[in-house]
Amino acid sequence: MTNYAVVAEGLRVRRGTREVLHDVSFAVEKGSITGLLGPSGCGKTTLMRSVVGVQIVAGGTVTVLGEPAGSARLRDKIGYATQNPSVYADLTVTETLRYFAAILRAPNGDVDRVVEEVGLTSHAHQIVGQLSGGQLNRASLAVALLGRPELLVLDEPTVGLDPLLREELWDLFNRLAGRGVTLLVSSHVMDEASRCGRLILMRDGYILADDTPAALRTKTESPDLEQAFLRLVREQEALA
Amino acid sequence: MTVTLIFAMATARRILTQLRHDHRTVALMVLMPSLLMVLLRYVFNSAEAFSAAAPALLAVFPFAIMFIVTSITTLRERTTATLERLMTMPIGKFDLLLGYAIAFGVVAVLQVVVATGLSLTLLGLEIDGSVWLLLLIAVLDALLGTALGLFASAFARTEFQAVQFMPAIVMPQVLLCGLFAPRDSMTPVLEWLSNLMPLSYAVDALAQVTHSSEIDATLVRNLVIVAGCALLALVLGSATLRRRTP
Repeated sequence: MTNYAVVAEGLRVRRGTREVLHDVSFAVEKGSITGLLGPSGCGKTTLMRSVVGVQIVAGGTVTVLGEPAGSARLRDKIGYATQNPSVYADLTVTETLRYFAAILRAPNGDVDRVVEEVGLTSHAHQIVGQLSGGQLNRASLAVALLGRPELLVLDEPTVGLDPLLREELWDLFNRLAGRGVTLLVSSHVMDEASRCGRLILMRDGYILADDTPAALRTKTESPDLEQAFLRLVREQEALA
Repeated sequence: MTVTLIFAMATARRILTQLRHDHRTVALMVLMPSLLMVLLRYVFNSAEAFSAAAPALLAVFPFAIMFIVTSITTLRERTTATLERLMTMPIGKFDLLLGYAIAFGVVAVLQVVVATGLSLTLLGLEIDGSVWLLLLIAVLDALLGTALGLFASAFARTEFQAVQFMPAIVMPQVLLCGLFAPRDSMTPVLEWLSNLMPLSYAVDALAQVTHSSEIDATLVRNLVIVAGCALLALVLGSATLRRRTP
């Protein structure tokens, strides 16, 4: 029995003639919250798509919960929220969730549970297309929480949320991790990084660093993670 | 198999719920073929001439409309992230397309029932064969349009391209199906081409129902061909869906 929910080895992804992930290797511990950080366009989404198994990869392996990424047996064990909210704009929140719950064969009552978990109870019967950006994001997140996923892959789940809601969502993520769920969460804002148990910093399709927030700060002698990131980038450029 | 049906029915229910929220689309889909039949009736300005052409058009209008509606709707699912999300879930590719076919099949039944009912009552259409058979053929035909629309949407990247498939896939079938000129009077090349097109068999079947109440082997064969082509387009359409994309 492995202690890792995700193990990637030598992962390479090409888009057209350009390679967007170069020989990427990392591991995500079970029951942890791992943050995937880096500027927009650095390959975070491609990496997440490789983990959920919808990305055509050019080389390397990705193993998820002991199976090759994309295996049929993983399909009800992974909750995935894409960066652009992937929900039906012309249905109500509840109708959308009911559909995905049927596809995941989630138990009755799951729809109400996830609506409450993302704080959309008062908007449950509103048409998705009429929600605000932050509410839309939460509706999309709610779909990922349906059933009993063992791994949650969340692409920028807190974009456009006010600090209070962001706090609530991070509380939820911590509760899930406490239950043994593994979370891989991407963000391009560094102040969220300190909430993660472990960080993978990315730039231009490479992994710059893979460590705990505290270790990163110590190693780079930086007071905050923004500074740590900058220092790592400069070190890498000096080497090149 | 049962799982396929559960997923397909859930998908069909979801699509019909989406439509229910969009009253204008529902009204257009249900009423458009009927309005076109009314127009046609007064273009001919004679009940006899209308009776000769109407059965074929009862197949052609729903066929064309369902083709456009389906290809656009499916394309929307492909271009938004909902398809990507579904492809990470246990639903099979054929289950999803079958769900689409069931949902639009229901709409097609409604569309055809209204158009046929109107033609038979107010517009003076007269047929010798069974009305039920006429309905069955028209519904099969609308399903064929749905299945071809699903298949065509795989080759379109944008809505603009999807709409262009309508003249490319629908119009040749309409021109060669025997509506404008009898198929056996065409040059051999065109007759051969029309034999390859499923709509021709639907129109042949409708012509037969109009002129006689006999159900013979030819009629059954024509119906099987139309249904078989619809199923084939559905299977090919699901083969074009990909779980992994670049």
